[in-house]
Amino acid sequence: MEAVRNAIKMEGITKRFGSVVANNAIDLELHEGEILSLLGENGSGKTTLMNMLSGIYYPDEGQIYIHDKPVVIASPKDAFDNGIGMIHQHFKLVDVFTATENIILGLQDAGKMNLKEAGKKIKQISEKYGFDIDPDQKVYNMSVSQKQTVEIVKVLYRGADILILDEPTAVLTPQETDRLFAVMRNMQKDGKSLIIITHKLHEVLEVSDRVAILRKGEYIGDVLTKNADQQSLTDMMVGRAVSLNIDRPLPVDPKPRLEVKGLTVYDELGVKRLKDISFTAYSGEILGIAGIAGSGQRELLEAISGLYPIAEGTVTYHNPKSGKTENLAGKDPLEIQKAGISMAFVPEDRLGMGLVGSMGMTGNMMLRSWRKSKGIFVDKKEPERVANAVWKELEVVTPSVDFPVRRMSGGNVQKVLVGREIAQDPAVLMTAYAVRGLDINTSYTIYNLLTAEKMKGVAVIYVGEDLDVLLELCDRLLVLCGGQVSGVVDARTTDKREVGVLMTRVGGKTNEK
Amino acid sequence: MKNKKSLFHIVKREALPWYQAWMIRGAAILLALVVCSLVTIIVTGLNPLSLYKTMFYGTFGTNRKTWVLFQKLAILLGISLAVTPAFKMRFWNIGAEGQVMAGGLACAAVMITLGSKITSNGLMILIMLVVSVAAGALWGFLPAFFKAHWNTNETLFTLMMNYIAIQLAAYFIIIWEVPKGSGKIGIINQKTRMGWLPYLSGKQYAIIVLIVIIMTILLHIYLKYSKHGYEIAVVGESERTARYAGIKVEWVIIRTMILSGALCGFMGMLLVGGTDHSLSTELVGGRGFTAVMVSWLAKFNPIVMVLTSFLLVFMQLGAKEVATNFYLNESFSEILTGIILFFIIGCEFFITYKLQLTKSSKEA
Repeated sequence: MEAVRNAIKMEGITKRFGSVVANNAIDLELHEGEILSLLGENGSGKTTLMNMLSGIYYPDEGQIYIHDKPVVIASPKDAFDNGIGMIHQHFKLVDVFTATENIILGLQDAGKMNLKEAGKKIKQISEKYGFDIDPDQKVYNMSVSQKQTVEIVKVLYRGADILILDEPTAVLTPQETDRLFAVMRNMQKDGKSLIIITHKLHEVLEVSDRVAILRKGEYIGDVLTKNADQQSLTDMMVGRAVSLNIDRPLPVDPKPRLEVKGLTVYDELGVKRLKDISFTAYSGEILGIAGIAGSGQRELLEAISGLYPIAEGTVTYHNPKSGKTENLAGKDPLEIQKAGISMAFVPEDRLGMGLVGSMGMTGNMMLRSWRKSKGIFVDKKEPERVANAVWKELEVVTPSVDFPVRRMSGGNVQKVLVGREIAQDPAVLMTAYAVRGLDINTSYTIYNLLTAEKMKGVAVIYVGEDLDVLLELCDRLLVLCGGQVSGVVDARTTDKREVGVLMTRVGGKTNEK
Repeated sequence: MKNKKSLFHIVKREALPWYQAWMIRGAAILLALVVCSLVTIIVTGLNPLSLYKTMFYGTFGTNRKTWVLFQKLAILLGISLAVTPAFKMRFWNIGAEGQVMAGGLACAAVMITLGSKITSNGLMILIMLVVSVAAGALWGFLPAFFKAHWNTNETLFTLMMNYIAIQLAAYFIIIWEVPKGSGKIGIINQKTRMGWLPYLSGKQYAIIVLIVIIMTILLHIYLKYSKHGYEIAVVGESERTARYAGIKVEWVIIRTMILSGALCGFMGMLLVGGTDHSLSTELVGGRGFTAVMVSWLAKFNPIVMVLTSFLLVFMQLGAKEVATNFYLNESFSEILTGIILFFIIGCEFFITYKLQLTKSSKEA
């Protein structure tokens, strides 16, 4: 057996942000020609660690070796010089440029920019690894997976032999994920070394040779993938066994709560975003909304809550207390509130839409209640009480209820948001990507909260991206595709394959309950 | 292989207790004074201590000087308070200059045209108040209305409104000039003193100081405890969040700018009716812009603004004294002001971050 050579060796790497130790004396090795999964809950320090390899952060302590040579990586350029290329979660491409222009952007080759030559080289790279890319296509015409391809080709073009992919599958459909994994294996065959950051255990098992696990900034250990399974990895990741089963009681006495009929909306540019959407959300059930990112999920929830102009169609609310019905279409959030309709909405953009980043928990609780007090002054007592309750019940980690939520970690931010929305005692609860970016424990806290709301008779609408969760948490699934309803299926009887097909083709195969 | 290594790097601090933050700020001011002294010695060869002494004398030296300080402080603070609601809403209102001018012009118009018609000074002042506030409010309303409905750029808009106000003032000064051909208005109603704000216990500026103190307290309460203040804070943070919470963003923008403009107009009235008793195109003299700095330096806290406006006024008045006593150009004190501001603003960085020496791991 030949000796294993290290592409990367990190020794005693420590990185602190204020009092938070993001990485504590981490030792990590990436062997040449292997695919290593970096696994860990959110906030376990994976991205921070990788950012130190790509020159975005600089370690407080420790030493990095590339191919057994000690190096200093103080800038992204240093990282490139060492053959390290990172594909970030958020793409950094110029929309109005073509693939080729983006790829050669920032390269300082002597002489004139030669687009043709570059195009040829890109073609070569694509063929070698099996990418599907048109060098002359503009980025704004590309799908998410095509943009990701451009990012990967970009680092290969620059001669990277160590690639780091930060949650590359988060934005991909299952089919696209398969294609990405095939490409990754091709790169591995070519001698490249790869690190993939992911939350999804089945992907870890499918694609990697070895798994390294971080927990709360500490390096826990590594394990060969062939010796691991979902349960053992979860145990290492969270430190104790977490049941993978989400508790799903049967809906009790479901009644129509929210009826959407023929909903059509256009965006500012006049592009149709939702086309003739009709469905009913029942009390006491969780209606899941599945679909590839950007299929109209955001527009749908915002239209229902009065934040997106509705061109056609109705949104009928059945008031459980009075038994009356009311059309919400054409009302703004204030009018909906004033009509006595208790609708809670956990938007996708937590700090940009759901919360005020510079305010503490109390100030954010006030967002829903400030209007209620009489007179010209705000009442801080009630929101403070709610803030304290949420703080305690959801175990929010924060020094005080006045600590700016912007400075909390992602999971705690979401607890504040969900906690506030549930505290309103809503009749309809809509959530968009409620567990995105959260660790497993927090995710389960959220699942349990949603299920508890459902059992209280709330109509819960859950927009999600992880099919496994959608299938286990929800009672019914509404699948969107290109702004249309592709199908409504029973989450208990359907399977991933069926939903996957519906997500990519309208009406793929319907299975109305 | 290159092996460059930075000597230190920047690390974010955890929240500092308030007294440590203030210690850093105090140290920054001390350091600024040291640097100012060095610059003074090197550039002018003067003894910096006598320079500081002169500056102090220039502001607190006599009773009269102290009242001038209070008056200037009150006016700058008042304008700073006026622009604060807009800036807290992240509405880049650099039109305070024009809004104050509009108020001052309206006030002068009332004093001149009604000066011989009305005999009750109380009624006169009431009319001045209403008209000045309305003029300032109009100057604030226009850019806000266009911003709210057509998303025009408020910075350019408010800047342009400054020129309109100043040109209008220039136009009316020629119409009202006394004596003809002088290009100046002179003192309005010098004999009758109609429209002059009353002196409190014989002090001309006491009423302005008193009014601005009350304004400071009221604005602090308005921003911190009122529903309007909450709406302003939310809109300033994120318009999307504001809409989500059912706040009518357009209306909040317009309402807040009317308030800002109205307060500016009110300051214009205090300037014309309480201090100058005249009108010139130099009425505001750039304080509409300085006010923006005062407001930001204080992070929109009205109480802290008392300190920041005091600092700027102190430096300005001290500078004048230095200029006359040492035959220095007034620009020299602007250099000193610049140095002090640099340190004050710069030290905020060290309150949020700290530098950490890179522990050298084994050398390769």
